[in-house]
Amino acid sequence: MSPLRAAVPLTNGGAIPLADLPLLGRGHFTGALLAEVAEGARVAAYFAAPAGRVLELYAILARDAHSDLAVLRTEIGSDYPSLASRCPELQLFEREIAEQYGSIPTAHPWFKPVRFHRSWNGRDAWGRGAERPQPAVQEFYRVEGEEIHEVAVGPVHAGVIEPGHFRFQCHGELVMHLEIALGYQHRDVERLLLGGPHPATPHQLETVAGDTSIGHATAWSHVSEALGGGSVPPRGEALRLVALELERLANHVGDIGALAGDVGFLPTAAFCGRLRGDYLNATAVLCGSRFGRGLVRPGGVAAELSDEQAATLRERLATVARDTRGALELFFDTPSVLARLEGTGHVAVEDAAAVGLVGVAARACGLVRDARKHHPLGGYRTAGIEPAVKWGGDVFARAAVRQREIDDSLALVDRTLAALPPGPVRAENGSPRPKSLAVALVEGWRGEVVHAALTDAAGRFSRYKIVDPSFRNWTGLALALRGEQISDFPLCNKSFNLSYCGFDL
Amino acid sequence: MEMLARTALHLLLLLLVAPLLQGVIVRTKALFAGRVGAPLLQPYHDLARLLRKECVVSRTTTWVFLAGPAAGVAVPILAALFMPFGALPAPIAFTGDLLLFVYLFGVARFFTVASALDTGSSFEGMGGAREVTFACLAEPIVLFCLIVLARIADALSLTALLGPHLAATWRGPAGLSLGLVVVCLLVVLLVENSRIPFDDPNTHLELTMIHEVMVLDHSGPPLAMVLYGAALKLMVLGAPIVRLLLPVNTGSWAGDALVFLGGMLLLAMLIGVIESIMARLRLVRIPQVLIGTTMLSGFALVLVLR
Repeated sequence: MSPLRAAVPLTNGGAIPLADLPLLGRGHFTGALLAEVAEGARVAAYFAAPAGRVLELYAILARDAHSDLAVLRTEIGSDYPSLASRCPELQLFEREIAEQYGSIPTAHPWFKPVRFHRSWNGRDAWGRGAERPQPAVQEFYRVEGEEIHEVAVGPVHAGVIEPGHFRFQCHGELVMHLEIALGYQHRDVERLLLGGPHPATPHQLETVAGDTSIGHATAWSHVSEALGGGSVPPRGEALRLVALELERLANHVGDIGALAGDVGFLPTAAFCGRLRGDYLNATAVLCGSRFGRGLVRPGGVAAELSDEQAATLRERLATVARDTRGALELFFDTPSVLARLEGTGHVAVEDAAAVGLVGVAARACGLVRDARKHHPLGGYRTAGIEPAVKWGGDVFARAAVRQREIDDSLALVDRTLAALPPGPVRAENGSPRPKSLAVALVEGWRGEVVHAALTDAAGRFSRYKIVDPSFRNWTGLALALRGEQISDFPLCNKSFNLSYCGFDL
Repeated sequence: MEMLARTALHLLLLLLVAPLLQGVIVRTKALFAGRVGAPLLQPYHDLARLLRKECVVSRTTTWVFLAGPAAGVAVPILAALFMPFGALPAPIAFTGDLLLFVYLFGVARFFTVASALDTGSSFEGMGGAREVTFACLAEPIVLFCLIVLARIADALSLTALLGPHLAATWRGPAGLSLGLVVVCLLVVLLVENSRIPFDDPNTHLELTMIHEVMVLDHSGPPLAMVLYGAALKLMVLGAPIVRLLLPVNTGSWAGDALVFLGGMLLLAMLIGVIESIMARLRLVRIPQVLIGTTMLSGFALVLVLR
């Protein structure tokens, strides 16, 4: 069997019986994975699941050019050769597996804990004690020298934000290296989901990352529908699309406002703060929750929107859209703002591709990565999304990508609300298929949200894997700071605006 | 007796009005942002609130830590005694007082930086390094400006430099130099008082701060002194700009005081407008702007030396 044929194809939002997924030998798995990556596939998820005394390792690759996914499976024991040196986007996944199951990727170039929790089977890869490890207790990379100074920021920050620890190695104002240690918000979400879906499952998934409630709920719903064989009525698909785009609008507008605040540009900071609230309120019109909690459910959406309500919402959004464009134009037309954004926090396109950035951060480096275009689900199949791609790789590019996406999303929401298909918003979903793997990629506002579920003989979750875009992109932030001024860190940080809890799970 | 009354008026103006200027700046910025904004007298309430609060002092610090806020209040008051407020002459004037004026602020800076270093925090160390770097670059600007004014007035005390002759100078050949001096002093005012585009007094991001990061560890009454000292400094450094732009002598104390106060309020509004329409400079650009301004002040000097 050639390496290419070893990977089992799967479309996004599809499910496959585990019996159809061959258990490859280690060498075969490695060869097939590297061959796929060499041909342009990305690693969407890479996780282990216990199978008796050993672990089964799953690699889910996204083949953007073919608009499909490829799945590989192999077995690993207490250690296995690391692939991180040959495929850097695997480095964090391998560390995650090591932390969860104590299975050591030998010769891993940067073998450190990820979230500082106890392993799930009592086998700790770092030989730490039985108590819960303290976050950020690890060897940090150090630059030696008389003139080097170390700056530690966090976990308690000056603003009201989530906890995380940042360690800078500085030469004067110049940052030579930044290391980020997270894990303070670890809630063990993936294990809470085992044996599910429980009644609490949707609520747990909506709070994986609170600002991506709709994104995660949508990904979970697609997984459930893939397992249950249910289909969503057209009106339900349209409302899901509107909800996801409203979440994108609220966050992108909020982010531009936060960037303006960081550079001390008052007008846009103030306007965007208000406008973000308007988009959240629009989401509340859909379902009663400003963050879209309780809206997206398997089979469709849990709240009806009448045609009159849709028309009112459209009118309201038209006003908000005008104000948004005004605030953004002011921001992007002010020379002192542009001088601050351009050239700051640069990430090279090769680095972005190597570490597997997704979402806004990837598109700002020139990578054409948008699950709405390459792996469309539901209403996006006909939406004709063109990814907003910029080439700079700097803070300006990340802001400009957001600006274009705000424009595109406004148009898309307006179009969808104007032509809402008639009919019900939700259909019955069947009982989940046993012994299967289901995968869904959803382009949340920050980037690609990946959910993968394995079911047992009764159709319950025996493993549920969540990959939040923040999981990949924190590495990008560390790269963006190399050779930058330390005073530009807050600005770079805002331009990525990553989730701590989405990483910590 | 008259001397005493003059000094009392001078200090009263300074001590009572200084926080109001902060309120005007905040209010102007709020209007630009489309908000109502805090009441104009909010800075006074803030100071009163801080004075009632407990003061937390780190165990690792020494008396140097508290010397910073003390010098921060004492120096602007002392320096104000040499600075005429509009047409009101300074209570103390002697030949060469302008040098004392400039280096009094150097003393305050020394104590602020020493107090920051005393905490042993890496943030405060960075802030201290930035503050001293930019102060070095701002100092020649002030001196050049004062030399220009001294050359025009043919005197060496601040009261004489900012005397009634300025109205005529504007119309004369040295008017261009005066214009340059105003621009340079405005830049110095913004740098020294950590305003946008050089620093952001409102930011909570300790890595980007210059001045604010040095006073992060202060709380309660010492923090009130830091804030009050900053307000006083803004007024003392703003006074020459107001005088240069409004060289009006009404002939009565009350009239002169009103003209000066009106000028200060306009200056505070101007700062508010600048802060509203500009983003902050990148930190590495600040030295370039300051060196450019030094050259500008050099040109002003060349123009009056012809």
